[in-house]
Amino acid sequence: MSSTRSILTAEAPAPKRRRPGSQRRLASVHITLIVGAVFMVFPFVWELLTAFKTFGGSTQVPPQIIPDPWAWNFPDAFARINVGQMTINSVIITVACTLGQIVLCTMAGYGFARIPFRGRNALFMAFLAVLMVPGQLFLVPQFEIIGKLGLLDSLPGVILPGLFSAFGVFLMRQFFMSMPAELEEAARLDGANVWQIFRRVMLPLAKPGIIALAVFGALGNWNNLLWPLIILNTSNKFPLSVGISALSQDVHNSTNYPQLLSVALVAMLPMLITFIVLQRQFIAGIAFSGGKG
Amino acid sequence: MAAKSKRLGVSPWWAVLFIGPALLGMTVFYYYPAIRTFWLSFTTASVFGTDVKFVGLDNYLELFSNSELWLAFRNTLIYSSLSLLVIPLATIIAVLLNTKGLKGIGVYRTLYFLPVVTLPAVVAIVWRYMYNGDFGILNQVLGLVGIHGGSWLTNPHTVMFAIVTVGIWMALGTNIVILLAGLQAIPDTSLEAAKMDGAGPIRTFFSITVPLLSPSLFLTSVLAVIAGLQMFDLIYLLGGSAGTPGYDESVTLVSLFYKVAFADNRTGAAAAIGLVLMLFILALTAFQFRMQKKWVHYE
Repeated sequence: MSSTRSILTAEAPAPKRRRPGSQRRLASVHITLIVGAVFMVFPFVWELLTAFKTFGGSTQVPPQIIPDPWAWNFPDAFARINVGQMTINSVIITVACTLGQIVLCTMAGYGFARIPFRGRNALFMAFLAVLMVPGQLFLVPQFEIIGKLGLLDSLPGVILPGLFSAFGVFLMRQFFMSMPAELEEAARLDGANVWQIFRRVMLPLAKPGIIALAVFGALGNWNNLLWPLIILNTSNKFPLSVGISALSQDVHNSTNYPQLLSVALVAMLPMLITFIVLQRQFIAGIAFSGGKG
Repeated sequence: MAAKSKRLGVSPWWAVLFIGPALLGMTVFYYYPAIRTFWLSFTTASVFGTDVKFVGLDNYLELFSNSELWLAFRNTLIYSSLSLLVIPLATIIAVLLNTKGLKGIGVYRTLYFLPVVTLPAVVAIVWRYMYNGDFGILNQVLGLVGIHGGSWLTNPHTVMFAIVTVGIWMALGTNIVILLAGLQAIPDTSLEAAKMDGAGPIRTFFSITVPLLSPSLFLTSVLAVIAGLQMFDLIYLLGGSAGTPGYDESVTLVSLFYKVAFADNRTGAAAAIGLVLMLFILALTAFQFRMQKKWVHYE
């Protein structure tokens, strides 16, 4: 909790008083951070510039920095790949899995933290054990189950196993454990039942935990490549993760980077915009789960 | 707490309502598959194959006599070890971001975090272009200082380093955020006390900051090793495919698993790889937990 809060207040204005020595120190800190940031951002800048070059321009030696001439590659690129449909598929998968995880993990986490029953610890240990096991170990039988359910090559088939997350249960259980019991007792004395207490008292207070869960669920499901790659065959059902990787391998030999990168540019926008809008929540969510792990 | 709830009379049936749905899903999609994978690893199973024979330890024996598994083992270890470099890098940046009175933390944090919110497939295209041997920007920049780089992703000597570099670049943001949260939880008084004792910044860093940050450093390194051992995306996207140059140097346990299960259609043999990977991860994680007594300080 404290780490979440401090990271949120990190941007609070610094104290005004400063000595000249610390000024110089701050300047050198800035320079180091800027050099690092250049390395971090350069690939994106290069992506952006290349997306507007002609094929010839992209293979020039020495390299073209500013596109010359500028090229509008989007129509050709979009003719190769249905980015719109893939974005919709990605959004459906991500939203469904994340919502499912929020509902199921929050409930189970609360159950493990607050409802006493025989064998609770043993059952919780069994949930934790799943975290220790690499996900690939479940893949083949999961694939068989989705096949038996007749859901191969369908979005529900991609979504179904993603509704459940042992990590999410762990995260939410830790969160509810850290909350004072007095709140619930007061509500219980007022005659509220467990569901009402969960729904009206605890859920509103669980926001930081739920945000952390949502950030992890969203990033994980949005980026997930292996599972949809196995389940889906039809390209109009691909999410962006699979579609873009298929495209990059398909035209691997022709290496038309301006086209590839203009698609890549569009494909990274939805998550980038979400991140920019919900930046604080993203950062707080990652920091929060880091503190809990 | 449990005793209190009991006194107030919470029926254990509520647990069924709250945990039941998650437990049902976990059973169908995780517990049953884990048991089934264990069983499959002793059979000749294939995807939807009907002729499944029990072959005892044959899959394991074949695996260990197969040079591809040892290549995958070696490469997975190399990848995980090299990817640990993200920890010192992230620590340095987090410490710099934690400088008192520094403005613009939010901007830096956002910039360092960008790769985290970018699809690995997009990342792979950009880096593949930059790594290109003929017209990639990397070789053109290196050329300015007289270094003639080859084709980074198809050269057996460079492919793994090239992929790990991308992996570190992608993982930096998450690690910075976790470590920065850990740093911000360190009380100023500890650092000031060190300053009063006349310790310089380097000394303070190693004798105060690192020990106090060690729980976060431990967490991030355990997570980095586990992620490294399970790396698939970047290997699949940037490594060579079977039979192409660079494949032997970039195949990892998970990419080998994928190939054996879904390209060769030998799920029994793939299940054996999965179990070997699991034992490998458990052993390394247990080792890290054992070592933590030597360097991690909990308050």
